[in-house]
Amino acid sequence: MKIGPKALALLTALGFLRGGGRRRPPQRIVPEGSSDRRAELLVAILLFGAAACAVMFVVVYALDWPNQTQYLGLCLGVALALIALALFVTGERIIVTEHLEEDYPPPGDPEEEAALAQIAGESAGPITRRRLLTGAAGAAGAALGIALVVPAASLGPVLDTESLYSSPWHRGRRLVGEDGKPYRAADIETESFYTAYPEAFVDREELAAPLIVVRLEPSQLELPPGREDWAPQGIVAYSKICTHAACAIALYRTPRFPEAEPGPALVCPCHYSTFNPATGGTVEFGPAGRDLPQLPLMVDAAGYLRAAANFSGPVGPSFWGVRTRRPSA
Amino acid sequence: MIRRAVAFIDERSGSASFVRKALRYAFPDHWSFLLGEVALYAFVVLVATGIYLTLFFEPSTAKTIYHGSYAPLHGMKMSKAYASAISLSFDVKAGLLIRQTHHWAADVFVAAIVIHLIRVFFTGAYRKPRELTYVIGVLLLFTVLLEGYLGYSMVDDLLSGMGLAIGYGVALSIPFVGANLALAIWGHPFPGDPDFWSRMYIAHVLIFPVLIGALLGAHLALVASRHHTQFKPRRVNGERKLIGVPTFPGQAPRSLGLFLAVAAVLVLLGGLVQINPIWLWGPYHVGSATNGAQPDWYLGWLIGALRLMPSFDVVIANRTVVPNPFWGGILFPLVVMAALLAWPWLERRARGDRATHNVLDRPRDAPVRTAIGAGFLTWVVLIFMAGASDRVLVFLNVSYASQIDFYRVAIWVLPLIVGLLAWRLCLGLKAKEAVEHDQRAAVRSARRAPPPAGSYPSRAAIGAAPPRGPSAGRTKRRG
Repeated sequence: MKIGPKALALLTALGFLRGGGRRRPPQRIVPEGSSDRRAELLVAILLFGAAACAVMFVVVYALDWPNQTQYLGLCLGVALALIALALFVTGERIIVTEHLEEDYPPPGDPEEEAALAQIAGESAGPITRRRLLTGAAGAAGAALGIALVVPAASLGPVLDTESLYSSPWHRGRRLVGEDGKPYRAADIETESFYTAYPEAFVDREELAAPLIVVRLEPSQLELPPGREDWAPQGIVAYSKICTHAACAIALYRTPRFPEAEPGPALVCPCHYSTFNPATGGTVEFGPAGRDLPQLPLMVDAAGYLRAAANFSGPVGPSFWGVRTRRPSA
Repeated sequence: MIRRAVAFIDERSGSASFVRKALRYAFPDHWSFLLGEVALYAFVVLVATGIYLTLFFEPSTAKTIYHGSYAPLHGMKMSKAYASAISLSFDVKAGLLIRQTHHWAADVFVAAIVIHLIRVFFTGAYRKPRELTYVIGVLLLFTVLLEGYLGYSMVDDLLSGMGLAIGYGVALSIPFVGANLALAIWGHPFPGDPDFWSRMYIAHVLIFPVLIGALLGAHLALVASRHHTQFKPRRVNGERKLIGVPTFPGQAPRSLGLFLAVAAVLVLLGGLVQINPIWLWGPYHVGSATNGAQPDWYLGWLIGALRLMPSFDVVIANRTVVPNPFWGGILFPLVVMAALLAWPWLERRARGDRATHNVLDRPRDAPVRTAIGAGFLTWVVLIFMAGASDRVLVFLNVSYASQIDFYRVAIWVLPLIVGLLAWRLCLGLKAKEAVEHDQRAAVRSARRAPPPAGSYPSRAAIGAAPPRGPSAGRTKRRG
C-alpha cells in the first residue's frame, strides 16, 4: 500500500513534510501506512471549522457585543480545540503509527570520564604551590562574591530595624474614623467595632496607624495591672494589625450564648488568631504568639477620644529580637 | 525542493544528523507521561498571555482616582497598579479574556507539575540515572510557587494585599535575619517602599520566568539525554531497549494536539469561568481585611500550616527568637522540599540499590515507597485542607476551633493509617498477581500435557472466562 497523495498534500499543508512520491528514497525509513480517506475528510472539516471559529473571533473582537469576553473565549477556545482534534485524528488515523526500538544510552562513558580526570590532573601538573594558589583563589572568589552582594544593602534599611518600632500615636492625638471625623466616646457603642486612625496623619497605610476600638461593660474588663485607666467608660483600643502575620483584624466576636463561647474577642480572618479585648489583647486561640498592642485612651473635655500614650508594645508581626517595649513616635 | 532546503541548512549548520536523531527519538506510550507536557504547555500559554498583560499593566503604587467603565468603583482612590488591572479587564478588548486565561493557566501549571511529581514518585522514575532531572523538577515546583504568588500579589486588590501582608509576616519571622531581609525586600516597613512594586514586577515578568525557563530547559535536556523511562515492555529487556513512537511523524501531531488542547481548555476557562474578579475585592488598605479570603489553590498548604500551628513563639529573656509564622510559612515548606530532594538518596541507601533503572515500578512493586509516599501525601493534603477550614465554617457552619483541633491530631494519625493501608494493598496486589501467575503457568502446562483422566482443572476455579470454542481461553493474554 502507498501513502495517499492527499495525505501527503495534507502533511505538506501542515508544513511537516514535502515531496511527492516520484523520487523514492532508496530504502524506506518511515514504514508505509494505509490511507484513510474518511479520516482525511474529517481532518479537513475540523480545520475549516477552526478557521471559521478564528474568523468569528476577529468579528467578535471588531464588534462591540455585550459579554464579549465570553464570546471571544468561546471562539478562540473552540478554534484551538478543533485544531487539537484535527491533530489527534491525524496522529491516530493518517500518520503511520510505528514503534521504534531504541537502545538506552549507556550510563556514562568510563573512557571519556577518565580522560576528563586526566586532563584536569595533567593541566595542574606544573603547579608546585598548590595550597597557596588554592587559598589565594578562594580569598579572591570569596571577597569578590561579598563585594558583589554588598550593594544589595541599598535595597532597604537593612541594618537599621528601628523603623519597625515606629508609630504615629502619641499622647493627645485624637482618633478619627475612615471619613476623618473625630470619634466621641459617645459614638462608640457596644457589640460593634470601629476602625480609627490618628488625626491629621497622612499615611494611613503605616502598620501602626489603624486601630480597632470596641466598647465593653466596665465590669467585664480585666486589664493587666498598670492599665486600669486605659479604658475610659470601658472603651478599649488596640492595634488593628495582627501580631501573627500583619493582616487586619476585621472580625469582632460578641457571643450571645456565653456557655458555648467565651467572652468578646477580636479575630483576624487570615489565620483566626483570636485576642481578648477585655484582658489587654491576650491571645486566646490561633497561632499569634504575642499580645495585641493596646493603645491607652482618654476622653477630653469635649468628649473626644484621644490617645493617652503610645502602644503597650511593638505593632505588627514579630521578628527576631523584637521585645515588648513602647514604640517610638 | 525539500532536499535543497535541507541541504542549504545542513551545509551551513551541520545539523542534519542531529535533527534526524531528534526526529527519530522514541517516546514511550503511556497517558501518564503527558502530565509533564501539560505543565510545559501551560507555561507556554502563561508566557504568551503574560506578555500581552505587561502591555497594559502599570506596576505602581502611585495613587489615582478611578474613572473607568466599572461604575461601582467610580471616584475611588486606588493605586495605579489596581486601576490598570481593572481597566485592562474592562476597557481593553480581550483584556479580561487574556487576564483570566493567564490566571487559569497558572493554576493548571502548578496542578500539572504536582500531579507529574506524584506520578514520578510512585513509579520510581527519579532513580539513577535521573536524579538530577528530578531535583531540577522539584526546584522548578518551588520556583513556580513563588512566581505565582508574585503574580497575584502585584494587582494590589484586597486579597493580594492580604497575601502580601502574610508574606511580610513570614519573611519577618525568619530567625536572625528576618527583619533585615524583610526590610531589604520591601525597602520600608510594610506595605513597603514604592520601589517594592517595581521589584515584584521585574521579578514576576523577567527574573522568575527566565529562571523557570532555564530550569525547564535543563530538565528537558536531561530527560532527552537519558531518554524516557517506560513501563515494562513485553518482549524486550526494558532496561536496555526503549520502545516508543518516534518524534516524527508519530509523536508530533499528538504532542502538538495536546498543546492546542491545553490552550483550548485554558482559553475556554478564561472566557467562560470567572476567576479572581478583582473589581469585587476593592483596593487594599493596611487596615482592611475580609473573612473567608483564600489564596490560589497552590498556596493552600501554607495557609493550612500557618493556621494549624498553635500559639508558640520561642522567646528568651523577653526577646522573641523564633516568631510563629516561621513554623508554618518557612519550616514546613522547607521540610517538604528537603524530603522530596533527599528521597532518591534515602531510598538508594535504604535499598542498597546502585543500579540504573529505565523500567518504571508500578506502585505495588515498591510497597514501602508507596506507603511512605501515600502517608506523606496524606500529611500535606490534610494540612492543605486545614487551610480551607474558614470556608467550611462559613458554608457548613462547622466550628472553626473544633476543625483545627481535629486536624492537629489527624495530620499525625491519618498518614500512618493511609501508609499502612497502602502497604497492605500493595502486598495484597502482589500476592494476587503471584497466584494468578502460578495459575496461568498451571493452565499452560496443563494444556501442553494431556490432563490426567478425571482431574481436568476447572476454568471457573482459576478465574478464566468459560471457553467459547476449542481455542478460546487465556492463550491471548500476555504471559
